[in-house]
Amino acid sequence: MFRSIEFINMRLLKIILGITAVGIPGFFGIKEIIADPVYFMELFLGGLTRGSIYALIALGYTMVYGIIQLINFAHGEIYMIGAMTALIVASVLGLWGWNSAVIAILAFVFAIVYSCAYGFTVEKIAYKPLRNAPRLSALISAIGMSLFLQNYVMLAQTPNFLPFESLIPDFEFWEPFAHIITAVEMTIIVTTVITMILLGILIKFTKIGKAMRATAQDKVMASLVGINVNNVISTTFVVGSATAAIGGVLIACHVGQINFFIGFLAGLKAFIAAVLGGIGSVPGAVLGSLVLGISESLFTGYFWSEYEDVFAFTILVIILIFRPSGILGKHEISKV
Amino acid sequence: MMLKLTDINTYYGNIHALKGINLEVSEGEIISLIGANGAGKSTTLMTTSGIVPAKRGTVIFKGQDITHVSPDKIVKMGICQVPEGRRIFPYLTVAENLDMGAFLRDDKDKIKDDIDYVYTLFPILADRRNQQGGTLSGGEQQMLAISRALMSKPKVLLLDEPSLGLAPIIVRQIFDIIKKINEEHKTTIFIVEQNANLALKAAHRGYVMENGVITLTDTGENLLSNEDVKKAYLGI
Ligand SMILES: Nc1ncnc2c1ncn2[C@@H]1O[C@H](COP(=O)(O)OP(=O)(O)O)[C@@H](O)[C@H]1O
Ligand SMILES: [Mg+2]
Repeated sequence: MFRSIEFINMRLLKIILGITAVGIPGFFGIKEIIADPVYFMELFLGGLTRGSIYALIALGYTMVYGIIQLINFAHGEIYMIGAMTALIVASVLGLWGWNSAVIAILAFVFAIVYSCAYGFTVEKIAYKPLRNAPRLSALISAIGMSLFLQNYVMLAQTPNFLPFESLIPDFEFWEPFAHIITAVEMTIIVTTVITMILLGILIKFTKIGKAMRATAQDKVMASLVGINVNNVISTTFVVGSATAAIGGVLIACHVGQINFFIGFLAGLKAFIAAVLGGIGSVPGAVLGSLVLGISESLFTGYFWSEYEDVFAFTILVIILIFRPSGILGKHEISKV
Repeated sequence: MMLKLTDINTYYGNIHALKGINLEVSEGEIISLIGANGAGKSTTLMTTSGIVPAKRGTVIFKGQDITHVSPDKIVKMGICQVPEGRRIFPYLTVAENLDMGAFLRDDKDKIKDDIDYVYTLFPILADRRNQQGGTLSGGEQQMLAISRALMSKPKVLLLDEPSLGLAPIIVRQIFDIIKKINEEHKTTIFIVEQNANLALKAAHRGYVMENGVITLTDTGENLLSNEDVKKAYLGI
């Protein structure tokens, strides 16, 4: 019965869909861009900002997947905890009347340290005992951890949205830039670029970075050259948590309010971005995030703003159907 | 005694792969373990390396019980394995694969000398140093796998079927290097092979394994002339 699908020429279908998907928005897009280039730039940079945040989170998904083939569904919560920690630190230090630059730095540092501690602990509690269990068990454990952390923060803090005063000083750019990019957006993009460069150096050139790649490629062989695989896995969670925390603090500065639930949607979108780029691939996660962020921004800006989230999920469905290995993915994803 | 396995019993779930193995390797020896496919040769090495620990029995290395020591600590103590199928890190370059071999060392200058040394053992690797491991030919991968193991400066080198799938000329080259390593560095070598003729010729002593038990042990020469071994493994 399922064979009947082969009557539809899949290749032709893909080409037609591809042309439609790129062509129609492309046609209208170019018309709009010519009509109002400033608006386009605004949307584009807004998308880049969004994509940067996705990238900071997506890295954690993709690195963890690369090393233990697990979708760490609690990762969005690590990002949320980063934002929460920054909020708490900034509020307390603000009450004490500290200098705002010192507050900003300390808020970032605490957010990173806390998120790393949570990321590390989540792996030890929820995933390590299931290392040799069927993959579904670890996945369920991940979802459980995600729910636990959300509810824990909700009970420990509040279910309501909390205002988040931006840690980044607001300064105006010169015209015409003032129209299209804000200081916060600029900071987000620059911070993300710096983080990516540092991460690239870590993975490419350092001993632990090479050990991470080796472990991702062959865990048994990694331990046969003397790598402590458990330590490498922990390191991967810690590094991913650190970048997620940076993303969490930055987005909180951008949006101006946070609650216990912000990790859910952001985590899901970043996950989609990671799948889009090819889960397991680090450059893929960055590319997928930027593509998703920018296309989301253009889509909502030119078409239907109320369908913002639907757009991302539609993209997910389309990738899973037509190219499950993503843009840069090496392997077909058969499980999860 | 360098390495001593006593009454080793290893399981994969319900599969009883090693059924009471006794085996000894002295310092500076080349030992060969031969046997048919599925006899339990690879499992013996994996148990020694701590990847699949024995359920019963002990592995003693230089007087220390390492039966339940973790694989990375066993490497640190000086036992390094080149596993079956070589298991080169496919997306790391040749040079990075060698770096990983030296993972537990931090004497940077000496590591550099040792990399130069393995490049003199296998000059082809020097030409390929920036190429990804996965793009090498089978013979080159075996050379890289041995070189990577040498980078940890092992006291005992475990080799699982180094001749598997290689052209005879490459096999000869690799066995010459193995003997050279044994002579020049006094490295103790434990070879597992299906190619019994080659392995027994290179070895000081040999063991024969069938269905998870050791059935025979003697000097390499005596095993080569043993009628049962001839019939079963040498195809004479
Ligand atoms: N990962 C594994 N899971 C289950 N059984 C295994 C596994 N590896 C090996 N075995 C079984 O253990 C026995 C010994 O295998 P092995 O040590 O690989 O033999 P050899 O190296 O001599 O060919 C065989 O019966 C094999 O099927
Ligand atoms: Mg074998």
